[in-house]
Amino acid sequence: MSGARQQARGNGGIGMNGIILAARGLSKTYVQRSGRFGFGTTRVKALDDVNLEVKAGTTLAVVGESGSGKSTLARCLLQLQPLDAGEVLFEGQNLAALSGKALRAARRHLQMVFQDPFASLNPRMKVGDIVAEGLVIHGIGTAEQRRDSVARMLERVGLAAADMEKYPHQFSGGQRQRIGIARALVLEPKLVVCDEPVSALDVSIQAQILLLLKELQQEMGLSYLFISHDLRVVRHIADEVAVMHRGRIIEQGAVADLYAKPRQEYTRILLNSIPGRHRLAT
Amino acid sequence: MSELLCIDDLTVVPAADERRRLVDGVSMTLQAGRTTCIVGESGSGKSLTALSVMGLLPPTLRRISGSIRFQGLELTGLTNAQMCDVRGKRIGMIFQEPMTSLNPVLAVGFQVGESLTAHLGLKGDALKRRVAELLERVGIPPERAGSYPDELSGGQRQRVMIAMAIACEPAMLIADEPTTALDVTVQAQILALLAELKSRMNMGMLFITHDFGVVADIADDVVVMFRGQIVESGPVDAVLNRPQHPYTQALLDCVPDAEGRKPLKPIDYAWLNEAMA
Repeated sequence: MSGARQQARGNGGIGMNGIILAARGLSKTYVQRSGRFGFGTTRVKALDDVNLEVKAGTTLAVVGESGSGKSTLARCLLQLQPLDAGEVLFEGQNLAALSGKALRAARRHLQMVFQDPFASLNPRMKVGDIVAEGLVIHGIGTAEQRRDSVARMLERVGLAAADMEKYPHQFSGGQRQRIGIARALVLEPKLVVCDEPVSALDVSIQAQILLLLKELQQEMGLSYLFISHDLRVVRHIADEVAVMHRGRIIEQGAVADLYAKPRQEYTRILLNSIPGRHRLAT
Repeated sequence: MSELLCIDDLTVVPAADERRRLVDGVSMTLQAGRTTCIVGESGSGKSLTALSVMGLLPPTLRRISGSIRFQGLELTGLTNAQMCDVRGKRIGMIFQEPMTSLNPVLAVGFQVGESLTAHLGLKGDALKRRVAELLERVGIPPERAGSYPDELSGGQRQRVMIAMAIACEPAMLIADEPTTALDVTVQAQILALLAELKSRMNMGMLFITHDFGVVADIADDVVVMFRGQIVESGPVDAVLNRPQHPYTQALLDCVPDAEGRKPLKPIDYAWLNEAMA
């Protein structure tokens, strides 16, 4: 891990003492229609003064339950949704201040892996085209070079180069998530936001995908922002953890410390809810 | 302890290809007042076993052998009408997706009451009282009877599903991955609720899951399925602490532990095939 961290630092371009991504004072409020016929409105604070930092080459996990604001956080970090207040600094640059072209250039280095491997791949596109799409959009390489990169990436994530010619429905859930990972990583990003990447998978497949993500992190010097509601998974993938509750980050720290000595009652409740915690510990 | 359910040599195949055994010679028993977990990966045949018990196999599949006896009654020979009298009345069911299992245009109180009317003929005030009682028992304030499913959280919807399942005080409850779609804290609450209802009503529970963590929390007995077959079964402590079959061990090993002490270990199928040969 520390090797990957140093390598990433050595790549240059990372400002702020090895912090690759920093969020300062993020706020976002949704106005929802409410009441039986939608005549009323309710304001929901999805993000409430959220601050966090991802160190280059490491994994920051954001844990929380449905409605805690963790997915809104992911979308706002990638500028897929406008913020009400606050700024997102990627390698020291304020993403909101970037123009269309510069933002697109930055986005190449900010990729995302989604939760549902069934819904996030276009069923009418061949796997090769799905994985190559980012390269095409960013104008990287010739058609032939792109084909090579895609083939290499597919092999790297445990699929075969020949899988380029197949369609998503021909793959299992775990394999589809490998395709989703290949699509994100073929662009050689610096930071990958993983939004519940293993929660739709069986436990046995989960372990495979988590190990794959860890290996790729080491090899490519990646930084991860890993969003999850599963504290068992987070314990294995994260270096640092931020606990989100009702739009706020209520506690943050190194993973081993936070699990051993949670300071907040809510964190304790989360940890105590881990299934099998009291009987499977060996 | 009385034997509630007895499955003997159950085999299920696709109607189009009878050589592929999706459930292959499965035999197991369930006692009243106990919870048996069927644990396995997707495709292990665990859900098909449960669907066979309820007589709800999709038409593309066929049961080619096996007997399923419930309270001494052979279920496999029953007509659809006879089976309808067992399902929902003597056997309750809960599924994974509380979102899709509830009717979105009917108030939840009405949906809880449906089986009471159908099976027990309850109407009017008696029905209202019983629905309120059931909602209260699963931890939903009875005044929410008029709410619609979209006005409830995922956990509350699953509580409504449970109220529907236990409405006629069934002797057995079949729960197919009932907490997989829920948050961890909600999952813990629902597991606690199911365990409490099981003891209080002396139900037998057939609980299907892929997560050994959940098994550790809720099971009395465990049945481990792999590729349509039972590879190991026994009391929960024995299976968790002294697994006999290499697949059971492999499935236990790939559950991440909360302490981060043991390394992540995916199932090595090549090794497993050799170990099982």
